[in-house]
Amino acid sequence: MADTAIHSTAARPPGRRIGDLARTWGAPLALVALLLFNAAVTPNFLTWQTFFVNLTQVATIVIVATGMTLVIATGGIDLSVGSLMAIAGALAPLIFGGSLFGPLDPALGVTLAIAVPILVAGCFGLFNGFLVTSFGIQPIIATLVLFIAGRGIAQVMTNGNLQTFSNPSFQWIGLGRVFGMPVQAVLMLVIVLAVAWMLRATIFGRHVLATGGNEPAARLAGVPVNRVKLAVYAVSGLLSGLAGLIVIAINASSDANLIGLGMELDAIAAVAVGGTLLTGGRATVVGTLLGALIIQLVRYTLLANGVPDAAALVVKAAIILLAVWLQRQGGTAR
Amino acid sequence: MTTDTVAPRRPAPPSLAARAGAALSRQGVLIALVLLILFGALRYDNFLGEYNVLSVLRYNSMFALIALGMCFVIMTGGIDLSVGAVAAMASVVSALLSPQGLLPALLGGVAAGAAVGLINGLVIAKLRILPFITTLATLLAAQGTGLLLAGNQSVSVSWDGLFVELGQGDLFGLPIPALIAAAAYLLGSLALNYTGFGRHTLAVGGNEEAARLMGLPVERITIAVYTLSGALAGLAGVILASQFGAGQPTEGAGWELFAIAAVVVGGTLLTGGVGSVGATLSGVLLLGLIFNILNFENGRGVISLSAYWQSVIRGAFLLVVVILQSRLTRRQAP
Repeated sequence: MADTAIHSTAARPPGRRIGDLARTWGAPLALVALLLFNAAVTPNFLTWQTFFVNLTQVATIVIVATGMTLVIATGGIDLSVGSLMAIAGALAPLIFGGSLFGPLDPALGVTLAIAVPILVAGCFGLFNGFLVTSFGIQPIIATLVLFIAGRGIAQVMTNGNLQTFSNPSFQWIGLGRVFGMPVQAVLMLVIVLAVAWMLRATIFGRHVLATGGNEPAARLAGVPVNRVKLAVYAVSGLLSGLAGLIVIAINASSDANLIGLGMELDAIAAVAVGGTLLTGGRATVVGTLLGALIIQLVRYTLLANGVPDAAALVVKAAIILLAVWLQRQGGTAR
Repeated sequence: MTTDTVAPRRPAPPSLAARAGAALSRQGVLIALVLLILFGALRYDNFLGEYNVLSVLRYNSMFALIALGMCFVIMTGGIDLSVGAVAAMASVVSALLSPQGLLPALLGGVAAGAAVGLINGLVIAKLRILPFITTLATLLAAQGTGLLLAGNQSVSVSWDGLFVELGQGDLFGLPIPALIAAAAYLLGSLALNYTGFGRHTLAVGGNEEAARLMGLPVERITIAVYTLSGALAGLAGVILASQFGAGQPTEGAGWELFAIAAVVVGGTLLTGGVGSVGATLSGVLLLGLIFNILNFENGRGVISLSAYWQSVIRGAFLLVVVILQSRLTRRQAP
């Protein structure tokens, strides 16, 4: 009995075929089913307002999860994303508020308040990659360091105080509209498409997948494994920084204790539901987008229909497990 | 072809430096612990005073219990991210049961934790979903269940029974939670070193396929370690409720990472197959004492270290330890 369990996925072609179908079409089908269900049941679902509410809520998760997808594709994991969001979010008001570089020209202030925090978060991401490549520390431990210390750094910078502000030109990245679409949703789509293209069509993308698929083999084949890893952790850091800025722009305030709290779990869940292998070697950024949309829509469905938020957590857990289990039926997963 | 043209299969006997390195990496955490205690004893008057020692033991016993379960899980090559949420949920369950008396509250909390652990083990062993994802999902589910049971607030315990003694009382002049943790570590150490269960746990972590081929009940061992981890997290939750006089559904966030850090600082490899119960205890005490020493620094008023600096320093310390460890293990196995 125990033996069949190992090989069952390989020995049952029908199950495998269902699994392949589930993997390829499971996420889109689940999303369509959720949309149809909501259209029929949830009041006021088919309005632009509902659409935009869901998009703005999911945008930061998708942006962070896109970086996470790349990290996971190399066989790593990044637990520090929430803390890096907090660092970027704490830094921006210090810059445009003038307490870091002194009073600045408004346009320059906003530019620096966007560029510097993102770059700082990217540097911290690079630091994660450095620990993973140069010291051979397991990614979960290497990024645990900044998970613990990062939020502390953000709190030290602000002394733990809530920073409230009103700066419309900075807040544009959280509240603005482009062609009627929320800016962060546009950013999200651009990032997803760019990274999806990069994974599919560039040499760097192939190097990412090769590193995650079989690192020693990739190394022997001449893939610059260490540089690839440094790059994906840096990208994850940059995207986390951007997400941190969007969060504080929406809230018109920055609370280092709360920005990005639990984000690592949301991002990993989106990646897993989207069908990226957590052991590396295969990645789908569009899948991650769909995964995040599914998780968001389930939560919205439950809340809009009067189910308490706590119960929504339990349902979210069940969905993550179901989605990953369905993908496992495909055979190659492990 | 003579035998001496073939590369020798037997590894060369380890050099003195390599053996010293190996011994140091085994005992490194103990050495660091002793140095830290010496530092504290020389620097602060009351560091080794009865009050400080007992409160360090009382407070860290919860983390010690969680880290013990985590140690067994990690030795099988798995990970249990759900422990913090499980402890929080169990604290609510036991607070709700505390009017019924000590025993129902204790057993109820432990059983609630064990139930989540059992679910983890079954999903991981039978559905073959990665431990990381499974326990991430049960983290969310346990968080939601705890909030639902508690109605989104903390639940105060009944003060007229023996229940509060469990976390706040003393026996033979020692805090009861510390005695419970000590007993758990004694049993854990015996189980690991002198029973089939311990050897099997290490065998599964060392090479799961080989263990299976040797006829070891791999699935049952997997289910057992996760159930054990859940039960110990439940016990920690019971102590939490008793110590703070309330079931706390939102407590426990980040405990899993503290436990992982303690296990790793204790030298247990995240890839499984190696581990030590005693070194895990040293790891817990090391991380706990750093917190304690930072509080002393605060009390001196020389350097005012806010709570925010503490997490930065803890992260930096973790960084130093993992870098040292990676250096030592690399010298051991080049």
